[in-house]
Amino acid sequence: MNAVARPATRTDALAALAAVRPPVRVVAERDELAAFEMDAYIQRRQTPLAAVLPDTEEQVLQIVGSLGRLGVPIVTRGAGTGISGGATPTADGVMLVLTRMRAILSVDAAARLATVEPGVPNAQVTVAAEPVRLYFAPDPSSQVISSIGGNVAENAGGVHCLKYGLTVHNVAGLRVIDGDGDLLEVGGEGLDSPGYDILAVMNGSEGNLGVVTRATLRLLPRPEATETMLAAFDTTKAGAEAVSAIIGAGVIPAAIEMMDRVVIDACERYMALGLPKAEALLLVEVDGGAEETAETLASVKAILASCGATEVRVAKGEEERANLWKSRKGAFAALATVMPDYYTMDGTIPRRALPEVLESIYALGREYGMVIGNVFHAGDGNMHPCIFYDSAKAGDLERSEELGGKILELCIDHGGTITGEHGVGIEKLKAMCLQFRDGEIAAFHDVKRAFDPEGILNPGKAVPTLKRCAEWGGLHVHGGRMPRPDIPRF
Amino acid sequence: MTGQFITELAERVRDHAARKAPLRIRGGGTKDFYGARVEGAPLEMAGYAGIVAYEPRELVLTVRAGTRLADIEAALAAEGQMLAFEPPRFGAAATIGGTVACNLSGPRRPYAGAVRDFVLGARIVNGKGEDLSFGGRVIKNVAGYDVSRLMAGALGTLGVLTELSFKVLPRPPAQATLAFEMDEARMIETVNRWAGQPLPLSATAWEAGVLRVRLSGASSAVAAARAKLGGAEVADGPAYWEDLREHRLPFFAADRPLWRLSVAQTAAPIALPHPHLVEWGGGLRWVSGAVETARAREAVAGAKGHSTLFRGGDRAAGVFHPLTPAIAKIHRRLKDAFDPAGILNPGRMDNF
Repeated sequence: MNAVARPATRTDALAALAAVRPPVRVVAERDELAAFEMDAYIQRRQTPLAAVLPDTEEQVLQIVGSLGRLGVPIVTRGAGTGISGGATPTADGVMLVLTRMRAILSVDAAARLATVEPGVPNAQVTVAAEPVRLYFAPDPSSQVISSIGGNVAENAGGVHCLKYGLTVHNVAGLRVIDGDGDLLEVGGEGLDSPGYDILAVMNGSEGNLGVVTRATLRLLPRPEATETMLAAFDTTKAGAEAVSAIIGAGVIPAAIEMMDRVVIDACERYMALGLPKAEALLLVEVDGGAEETAETLASVKAILASCGATEVRVAKGEEERANLWKSRKGAFAALATVMPDYYTMDGTIPRRALPEVLESIYALGREYGMVIGNVFHAGDGNMHPCIFYDSAKAGDLERSEELGGKILELCIDHGGTITGEHGVGIEKLKAMCLQFRDGEIAAFHDVKRAFDPEGILNPGKAVPTLKRCAEWGGLHVHGGRMPRPDIPRF
Repeated sequence: MTGQFITELAERVRDHAARKAPLRIRGGGTKDFYGARVEGAPLEMAGYAGIVAYEPRELVLTVRAGTRLADIEAALAAEGQMLAFEPPRFGAAATIGGTVACNLSGPRRPYAGAVRDFVLGARIVNGKGEDLSFGGRVIKNVAGYDVSRLMAGALGTLGVLTELSFKVLPRPPAQATLAFEMDEARMIETVNRWAGQPLPLSATAWEAGVLRVRLSGASSAVAAARAKLGGAEVADGPAYWEDLREHRLPFFAADRPLWRLSVAQTAAPIALPHPHLVEWGGGLRWVSGAVETARAREAVAGAKGHSTLFRGGDRAAGVFHPLTPAIAKIHRRLKDAFDPAGILNPGRMDNF
């Protein structure tokens, strides 16, 4: 890599982009750049130097190569649905927007593989695989819009992870351009590759290690039968305990989602679905062979009843099933009617801690005088507390962020993690310093340097600098002490 | 014990790093045959054994790396659970650390996932003698790069594995094995077609014109699939799969080199002048006999795969499939960062 004699200017960057062949679409006007000034982490915005929208891998190679030589930071962006600020621009950087690379290159029914460009929306993969009765399992709630490249970058989850895995379990191969501008062919069509598992590391690397230009995805056959049920509980504790009871009985449901009273009420106001009056609802889905699913349904119903469910509704047919899912899938839209703004958290905890952690979250809400609603992937222990605030009210956003930080600490204290599926981005940099010690943070920077020695890909995201951790650590309530040192971690 | 063992281990690694004196990491020694030869002072891990935490309702298990696979499997079986990647043991002394380091998965792999798919967290001592923890004990976790999965298959060249966390699964209540006579090309078409249907497949193996298929799941699902697929019921099914997993079938028995060709599941039959056995729904093809390394590499090129000299043979030309220059560059940098003195199993992965 050539040393840069002087810092590159905006003119240099635009000249480099203008030299790309065939010519590539570049956005440099300030008002047009507004479209890229934030992703779905709306708390921060920044106008980038420029945005570039390539159509081909060859153009991406040239863009990364020439901006890299100039030392101009590159922030890769797909559909911009990320909610941790992974695609928040940097002022001195170029947004590499991959939404125009949205071809589904092949669907190989025999091999059960789809090869797609990074800008393809998640849900389109399943649409393309539908004629051959296959589907792509990861289903983040943003799936209609969110792109495959972004799904890989965040190792996106969804509601069916417990049984069908995360993005990392459903990607066979990638073509990636690293920070040197080299094309890496990672994984492939086989079930493993020689050497280190670079494919695993690329998943969830938040655009820090490379730019995905192509992904080969594993497709699964549609299960023969699916049953969906909704169970009502008088307490969140009883609902949370039912989750562990189902899994403890040897059942791996396709999904177990939970909603608390705040969310149920919001859904009811917003969609008038006729949901049961309850403190907590569990949405449970089981699938498999026809007879098997009928048996599993019966045993799950029995477990729900023994755990104190006041009502269990089983969907009859596809329409009722879609209706039951409507409350869960529409929950985040419904919550927007509660207060002007809300802030969604993403911690994961061991399932057994669900009742206790939920109680602690409500207590924190009372302490801060803020409403918190919970709608989340209970089967995975992946919680999404939504903290309501009003951005028009001075200090409200900051208070919600402070409260959010407390919730993440709670997750760490219970042996969990600060992010289950939304990523660190810029949002959780501070919390990373709580979850990891200096040695691990330094190792993450080592990994980063292996792929991007000059640090041009998404600088400042995903992993905090040790210096920042030291500054934050000094102020932090734990005073640099590991919370609950008695709990074996990670 | 944890504190003292790891402290002493880290000290020893630091000492060896300062002297640039290689270490050969060893669990039960059952996979000494695998990978390139390593010279170095043995670093014995088998003594660091025991289950750290196992809560069946969480589906999560944390163990010390020296724990024997047999002990782990017994503890899981007592709760009706299992390691779904069905790791081969290749000997009673096999440890979980060695299993992860080699990333060896058994017959269930294409239908359940590989070792790396079930790794949730790893505690390691890197080549600088630092005690580090990555990942965690929860099923969904995207904090930090996925260094724990990177350890699966790294053959101990990036760090000494000390503790590992896994997702575990319930054991399927029912199982059946069916046999079908068919040639290789038809077998490849058939097993891939079945994999595209909602069938409870859990293993396939084909040799000498006979395809065996294992079904695992709810008894109703197994019964329905059995009726649908036909074929002949194999009486000693479980013994067959166990012998396949452990490489105890007559196919593996002869004292001959064994090549492992990992290819696209739908790749056409690969013509090499030796007996071969195909498992993993077409994705894994074992070849028993001496093959020139260059020829083995060439044979998989059209099958979108890679070849490994799994056991024996002429290892002078390297054991593992060569990496492309760009991928090798990343390997070199990762190795230099995690093990700057180059003392952890140096050369076990050919150049790393």
